[in-house]
Amino acid sequence: MSHQPVKFYQTGTFTVGNRLLAPEERSVQASAKRFNSINSGHRACQGCGEALGARYAIDAAMEASHGQLVCANATGCLEVFSTPYPETSWQLPWIHSLFGNAAAVATGIAAAMKVKSIKAGKGPVPATRVVAQGGDGGTTDIGFGCLSGMFERNDDVLYICYDNGGYMNTGVQRSSATPPAARTATTMAVGPEPGNVFGQGKFVPAIAVAHEIPYVATATVADLRDLEAKVKKAMTIRGARYIHILVPCPLGWGAASHETIKLARLAKETGVFPVFEAEHGEITGSLKIRRKLPVEEYLRPQKRYAHLFGKQPRVEVIARLQALADRNVKKYGLLDGGTL
Amino acid sequence: MDKPFAITLDPGSSLANRTGSWRTYKPVYLDRLPPCNAACPAGENIQGWLYHAESGDYEAAWRALTENNPLPAIMGRVCYHPCEGACNRQHIDAAVGINSVERFLGDEAIKRGWAFPKPEKKSGKRVLVVGAGPSGLSAAYHLARLGHEVEIHEAGPYAGGMMRFGIPQYRLPRDVLNAEVKRILDLGVVLRLDTKVANIRESMQVGKFDAAFLAVGAHIGKRAFIPAGDATKIVDAVSVLRSMEGEEKPMLGRRVVVYGGGNTAIDVARTAKRLGATEAIIVYRRTREKMPAHDFEVEEALQEGVMVKWLSTIKQAGEGEITIEKMALDDKGFPQPTGEFETLAADSVVLALGQDVDLSLLDGVPGLEIKDGTVQVGPNMMTGHAGIFAGGDMVPSERTVTVAVGHGKKAARHIDAWLAGGAYAPAPKHELAGFEKLNPWYYSEAPHTLRPTLDIIRRQSTFEEVQGGLDEGNALFEARRCLSCGNCFECDNCYGVCPDNAVIKLGPGKRFEFNYDYCKGCGVCAAECPCGAIKMVAEDI
Repeated sequence: MSHQPVKFYQTGTFTVGNRLLAPEERSVQASAKRFNSINSGHRACQGCGEALGARYAIDAAMEASHGQLVCANATGCLEVFSTPYPETSWQLPWIHSLFGNAAAVATGIAAAMKVKSIKAGKGPVPATRVVAQGGDGGTTDIGFGCLSGMFERNDDVLYICYDNGGYMNTGVQRSSATPPAARTATTMAVGPEPGNVFGQGKFVPAIAVAHEIPYVATATVADLRDLEAKVKKAMTIRGARYIHILVPCPLGWGAASHETIKLARLAKETGVFPVFEAEHGEITGSLKIRRKLPVEEYLRPQKRYAHLFGKQPRVEVIARLQALADRNVKKYGLLDGGTL
Repeated sequence: MDKPFAITLDPGSSLANRTGSWRTYKPVYLDRLPPCNAACPAGENIQGWLYHAESGDYEAAWRALTENNPLPAIMGRVCYHPCEGACNRQHIDAAVGINSVERFLGDEAIKRGWAFPKPEKKSGKRVLVVGAGPSGLSAAYHLARLGHEVEIHEAGPYAGGMMRFGIPQYRLPRDVLNAEVKRILDLGVVLRLDTKVANIRESMQVGKFDAAFLAVGAHIGKRAFIPAGDATKIVDAVSVLRSMEGEEKPMLGRRVVVYGGGNTAIDVARTAKRLGATEAIIVYRRTREKMPAHDFEVEEALQEGVMVKWLSTIKQAGEGEITIEKMALDDKGFPQPTGEFETLAADSVVLALGQDVDLSLLDGVPGLEIKDGTVQVGPNMMTGHAGIFAGGDMVPSERTVTVAVGHGKKAARHIDAWLAGGAYAPAPKHELAGFEKLNPWYYSEAPHTLRPTLDIIRRQSTFEEVQGGLDEGNALFEARRCLSCGNCFECDNCYGVCPDNAVIKLGPGKRFEFNYDYCKGCGVCAAECPCGAIKMVAEDI
C-alpha cells in the first residue's frame, strides 16, 4: 500500500500531524503553509465531506506539482458552493465546464499545455499539470462518456471523483453511485423494496481499472494519509489517472454534520466502501480494515437508511447489504491475510 | 474598469462571505481534567509531566512533576499508582505505566544531579515540621519553596519515617531515599534528628515558630491478646521492620508466622524470608479477595515462597507451635469461627494488625479533637488549634506514602496562606476527561512495557531491589502511550479536518485558535479530536 506504515508515535500516523513527528513525516494538511486550494467562505453545508475531500486532494496535488496545476470542474455541488458569481474559493487556475465534459475540457487543457511546452522549447512533457474533478453525478452518469474517452486515449489528466452517492445540491436525487436501499428523492422509502433498487448502479473505480489506465485508486476523507499518498503517487505518473473519494454528505445521507469523518471511517471499516489501488488493470493493494464492524454500524446513523430500522427492522435487506460488504472484503482483500 | 460582455462585478474571493453567521453551536478549546490527575493523592499533574517526557525533555518533565511532589524516585517505587487504575488507556489496551516513567525521571534526576530552584524571596516566617516522613518532607519542601524558614524535628536517628522504618529495602533502596531527602535539605531546610517533640506548644515557643505542621506518623504496632506461653516469641511488625535499619537484625527463627492481611504483613513475611526463614506463613482471617494488601505484592510474596493460611485466626501460641482456628465467611462477608483447629510450627509470631499514633506531644493543647486515635483536621489541614496543622498517618485517611505527600503539599499551601493572614483557595477543577470524551480511533496499538523483575533466587535471599526500572528507550515509549486526555497535544487533527479552514495553527507549543468568521459550527473538529480538548457550546441566538 502506498501510504506510510503506521509507526508508533503516540497516535501513529492516524492523526493529521503530531508535534513529535519529523516535519517530513507530517501530512500536507498538517502544514501551516498548505495551499488551502479551496478557501474559507465557500457555501458548502456544515460538515461537508466534499469540501474537505477537495481540499485534501487538491492541496496534495498542488504540493506534488509545486503549484503548477490547472483544474477543470464539472457542474455539481462542488462547483455551485465554491463559485457563486462573482466570488470564488479556488486559489488555483480553475475552470467550470459543463456538467458532462470536465474530462474532455481537462484533456484539452493538457493538450494546450503540451503545445505551450513544446513551443517554449521545453519538450513535450509540460511542467503544468491538469486535474479534472466532479461529483458522482458528473462522473458516473453525465460525464461518463467523456471520462471513458479520456481513459482510453490515456490523456495526461488526473480525474478525481468525489462520491457522495447522489445529486445532492438539486435536492438529493439518485445517481448511478447511489447505494442499494438508500432513500433519495427519486427512490423513496415506500413499497415492498423501499429505497434504491438492488442490482442497479455502477462502481466506476472498477470500470476505470478495466480501462487498464496507469493508476486507479479509491480513498475516503477518513484516511487523510492514505488519500494524500495516493494523490501524490498519481501525480508522479503521466497518462490517465483516476481517484474516487468517498465523501459523506450530511444533507443527502441524513446524518449529523459532525459525523462526516466517522461515517467515512465506518464505510471503510465495515467493507461497504473498499479502499484499494490498481495499476494498469491490476489491483495492487488495499487499505486493510482495522476493526471489522457489521454494516448496521454504518447504516444506522444515516436517515437515508432509517426505513431499515423501523418497528419491524428489515433484517433481510440489511443482510443483503452485509453480503455486498463481505463480497468487497473478499474481492479486495480488505482483511489481513485476505487474498486479492 | 472595462468588463467583458454581460459581466458587471469584479472577481471576488469567497472570503467576503462570512459563513460564521450560520453557526448555532461553536467549538471552543478547553482543558479537561485527566483521570490520572484526578486520582493522584499527591495532586500531581501527570499528563502535564508526561507531555514533556514524550518529547524526551526529561528535565522539564521532572521539574513539572516536582512542582507537586518532591520525591519521584521514591514514588516510582512505592506508590500504589491509583493513577494507573484510572488511566483511560486501559479501555484501549493497558494503562500507561505512569509509575515506571516517574521512577525513570526520579532516577534520572539523581543521576544528573538536578536541584530545586531556591525561593526568590523570603517571607521571614518560621515553620516547625514535626516528623521527617513523607508528609513532613513534602510540607517542608513546599514551605521552603514558598520562602519560609523550615525546621524539621525528627524523633528518630534518620529521616524518612515509614519510608525508612516501614518499607523494606528491596522495595526502596536507601541510597534513593537519602538522595531525595538531601535534595530537600539543600533548599535550606534544617533537619534535627533524634529530636523528639514532647510538647508542641513549648517547642514552638522556644524555636519562635509561627506555625507548625505535625506529621509524626503511626508507629505503634497494635497488639492483640493471644494466650501464650513464656517461650513463644511475639513481636510486632513495625518493630521488626524498624530493627532492620539498625545494626542487629531481628531474630525471628526459621519458622515465622505473620498475623494480619495488610501490606505490612506482606512486607514482614518477605523480610523474614530474606533473613533466612525456611517458612514464612501469613495467617489471615479472611480471603485473598478481601485482603487489604495490594494484589501485586501478595503475588510477589507468593512467588518468593511466602505461604498464606486464608480464613484463619490465631487462638493460642505455645512452645514452638501455634493453634489456629479455621474461619468461614457469613452472608455479610464477615469471618465466623468454625470450631475447627489446626497447629502450625512457629518460632515466632509477628503481629501486623495495624498501627496507632503516638499523640503524647499534643497533651494539653487546647481546641484539639482526637477521634479513633487520630487528630481531626479541617479541609485546610489545620487542627482545632490555630496555627497547628497536621497530616499523614496521624490524621484520618488512607495510610500510604502518596497520601502523606499530598497532605504535606496541601498543608503547606494552607500554612502559607494562613501566615499571610488569608486563606488558600485552590483553582477550580476542570471537568473530568472521561473515556467517552475521547476519540480512541486515533491512538495506535501499543502494548504496555513491563519492568524487569529480579530473579527469584536473589529475591529469596537478598535485599536487592525486586523491581527494575525502565531505560531511556522504553521510558520514552511508555510516556508516549499517554493519550493526553482532555489536553491538546497538537496532533493537528482539528486543523486538518475542518471543511472550512476555520482553524488557525498558531505554531509549536501555541496550540490552535478558531476563526469564528468562517466556522460554521459543524462539530467535526470536536468529534475528531482524539483527546477531548474541544467542546461544542450553544451560541446565543
